[in-house]
Amino acid sequence: MSKIAKKRKRLNIISNVYAFLVYALLYIPVAVMMVFSFNDQKYNYYWNGFTTQWYAKLFTNSTLVDSLIYSLIIAVLSTLISVFIGTIGALGLKRYEFKMKKFIDNMLYIPIIVPEIVLAVALLIIFLKVGVSMGMGTILIGHCTFCIPYAIVTIKGRISGDNETLEEASMDLGANRVQTLLRVTLPNIFPGVMSAAFLSFTMSFDDVVMSNMLAGAKQSTLPVLILSMNKTGVTPDVNALATIMVLIIVAAMILNNIIQGALHKRVK
Amino acid sequence: MNNPIISLEGVEKRFGSNLVVKKMNLEIAEGEFLTLLGPSGCGKTTTLRMIAGFEEASAGVIKVEGERIEDKEPFQRNVNTVFQNYALFPHMTVFNNVAYGLTIKKVPKPEIQERVMEMLRLVQLEGFEKRKPDELSGGQKQRVAIARALVNRPKVLLLDEPLGALDLKLRKQMQIELKRLQKKLGITFIYVTHDQEEALTMSDRIAVMHDGVLEQLDVPMEIYEHPKTKFVAGFIGESNIFDGKVTDKKDNVLTVQTEAGMMQVCGADFEVGEEMHVAIRPEYMDVSKTPVEGFDLPGTVKDFIYQGTVVKTALDIKNGQEIKYSRFEQDTDIAEGNQVYVYWRPEKAVAIKKSM
Amino acid sequence: MNNKKKKNMLPALAMAGPVSVWMILFVTIPMLYIIYISFMSRGVFGDVVYKFSTESYKTILDPTYFKVILKSLKAAAITTILCLLLGYPLAYIIAHKPKDTAAKLITLIMIPFWTNSLMRLNSWLLLFQTSGPINNFLVGTGIVKEPITFIYTDGLVLIGLITNMLPFAVLPLYSTIEKLDKSLIEASADLGASAATTFMRVTLPITFPGIFSAIILVFIPSLGIYTVTDMLGGGKILYIGNIIKNQFGAIRNWPLGAALSVLLIVITMLLIFIYTRFAKIEDMEVV
Repeated sequence: MSKIAKKRKRLNIISNVYAFLVYALLYIPVAVMMVFSFNDQKYNYYWNGFTTQWYAKLFTNSTLVDSLIYSLIIAVLSTLISVFIGTIGALGLKRYEFKMKKFIDNMLYIPIIVPEIVLAVALLIIFLKVGVSMGMGTILIGHCTFCIPYAIVTIKGRISGDNETLEEASMDLGANRVQTLLRVTLPNIFPGVMSAAFLSFTMSFDDVVMSNMLAGAKQSTLPVLILSMNKTGVTPDVNALATIMVLIIVAAMILNNIIQGALHKRVK
Repeated sequence: MNNPIISLEGVEKRFGSNLVVKKMNLEIAEGEFLTLLGPSGCGKTTTLRMIAGFEEASAGVIKVEGERIEDKEPFQRNVNTVFQNYALFPHMTVFNNVAYGLTIKKVPKPEIQERVMEMLRLVQLEGFEKRKPDELSGGQKQRVAIARALVNRPKVLLLDEPLGALDLKLRKQMQIELKRLQKKLGITFIYVTHDQEEALTMSDRIAVMHDGVLEQLDVPMEIYEHPKTKFVAGFIGESNIFDGKVTDKKDNVLTVQTEAGMMQVCGADFEVGEEMHVAIRPEYMDVSKTPVEGFDLPGTVKDFIYQGTVVKTALDIKNGQEIKYSRFEQDTDIAEGNQVYVYWRPEKAVAIKKSM
Repeated sequence: MNNKKKKNMLPALAMAGPVSVWMILFVTIPMLYIIYISFMSRGVFGDVVYKFSTESYKTILDPTYFKVILKSLKAAAITTILCLLLGYPLAYIIAHKPKDTAAKLITLIMIPFWTNSLMRLNSWLLLFQTSGPINNFLVGTGIVKEPITFIYTDGLVLIGLITNMLPFAVLPLYSTIEKLDKSLIEASADLGASAATTFMRVTLPITFPGIFSAIILVFIPSLGIYTVTDMLGGGKILYIGNIIKNQFGAIRNWPLGAALSVLLIVITMLLIFIYTRFAKIEDMEVV
């Protein structure tokens, strides 16, 4: 092998080692979280022996289950609202010019760029001033407020230039605006909508700041529950739940990839 | 060749299990304009990139000025490249782009100033120093790319299809400019293109490549008049090509029997009974209303194709093949559907050894 | 004419209407209100007295608060720099892998983010506990005599910040590096530049917009976040985010909280302004 090839090989090995180390840094907390789901201790402090009891006992912890369901409901609702408003919003903003367009475009960047605490606090004092009582509604509003801009940015990126040409072709062939929207535009931007939905769901489900500041006295979302447990120690069943959740998502991803791959082969 | 400036000995390039360049032997003389010509995928760009250092040869030796260069990185070699997409640095002005190579070599600033301005004058881009690449047209970008390479006074300039993105008129203009530049500076140019007209116009010698193999290395006229393989005959200019067997040989005039009929061609190193190909260019063919001695090549007139400079007439012949001959003006006494007999002067056709 | 104009506006209104209304109701108005509140005064019982005062802004300049702000800025800055130093090489490596490998690697970076961020922070706490695995290893192998107190320190908070923010640096960096035209690297090498020189003179300047995006996406959230300090700081470490939150909790000083929020907004806008003005590709002067 020539000197150059040898140098290149060496560099390649160093690069791969480096990448591995960085990935390790990112995955160590995940691994620790999973390991400690098997910890035989009431509150996770240190390793005290192996047990699988937490997986069995998971759904007997009513506080945990209530938070989980609460988070799920909010996440689903946030996703539905944000994706709906975001999809038609992205289409409307991309295609039409109207007086306030620039203003709205800039407004959309605020929830993305400004730290969430500022948004949360701003909504909090407005809600309190107006006299709205804190609860699922306020949390929902908070979540949608940052999910909608992310949804719009995601979908906008998928509205290709030729989307307009497709719509013109559709109308040329006799379809009206609604039919064009349903039969041509939506299927075309579908991957973008799906990405936006996935993004909205994860952001809402994982959210701490809005859910903390805008919460009612009675029920917490799952992340807020974990935050409150941190002082006294997190119970391993939470680890078990978190482990199950990430495994479900990874499985879903893999399944999605397999389906996509199979679809492609079919087309060929 | 004595002291070739570049030599390739047994050079091969493999990508995975694909042998893209097969046992290439090539010697390039100093100051020559050599073109690597061939269709896409023939290995010409890969060969160029091996000389530049962007690809490593899988086998064989490449020498520049007699020195082996396999162990040298691209920045250690005394060759410069003009890229197909120009590869101008978008964040630098025209001046800084052209000056780049000199800056790296730490040439003193006053000298950089002088040499860059001289180069810009040479490519007729004086006054463009402060412009950025995105403010330039295709032709201007091309000239900056050339200036950037030449300002380093390389012994060899490698050009990878530099005119491909330009429109026809500009391309023809640049071909002439490039050729004049090369003659003036005396630098060896190795030029890659798939455009055979371009190759024929500019080159001192052409290396025709096909499927990784160097099929013929010759001056343009020889490549055109005496193609040595079936591929070269078909690729350069237009030819009608027949596969056949020699049935008779008299005074180096061969009579060849093909599926289309009988024909004659001049060929000294062919024997009776040998399988070979006959190639004849449209401009050398003729038709007659009556059969011609030595030929048995009947055809039916299909249609006339007007091409501006010539009119091509397409004929359907015995084996279903279509052949074309060309005239400056349309033959007035033939019409579509007519039966004619094709013939030519044997010395105008080319006898080609059978390809494997 | 009027009828036609109305017809044309309807689809636009129908589609962009909801998002516009939402943004104005839940972003514009609240943000304006918070700016307004920041200029109000605080009553004895922690209520808002609607009298104009710049007291909260003066409080920010008060040494105790100002120190906290500086600490937060420092932590955010260090986080950003380390994320860039760690993230750029990684983004570079991924960008130079074959396309499908790169896609898988990018997904791999995102997977930890599908686990709850608080649980991941909790993991760092467990790891670095006084009686945790890391200390056990250090003491056990004799590297130190007594366990080191990692928890509730700025250092641990920094680790939490970096591991949380790293993907936000890697993604924009990857996106910019991936777009870099490979022939520019070859051209630079062709003209005599070594790999290091090519990186400094070509790659780095051209990828600068990606670097700036990464800076914005890491620095700003690092400033405002309070969960990391909450989880890993044990109440001992307070950054801007924590202070703001506290003003709306037990402490009840809304104007101050609002003023600090306005400060965050101003810093954010400043960075954005610099980005839009200067993140175009700079010219490198030779002569």
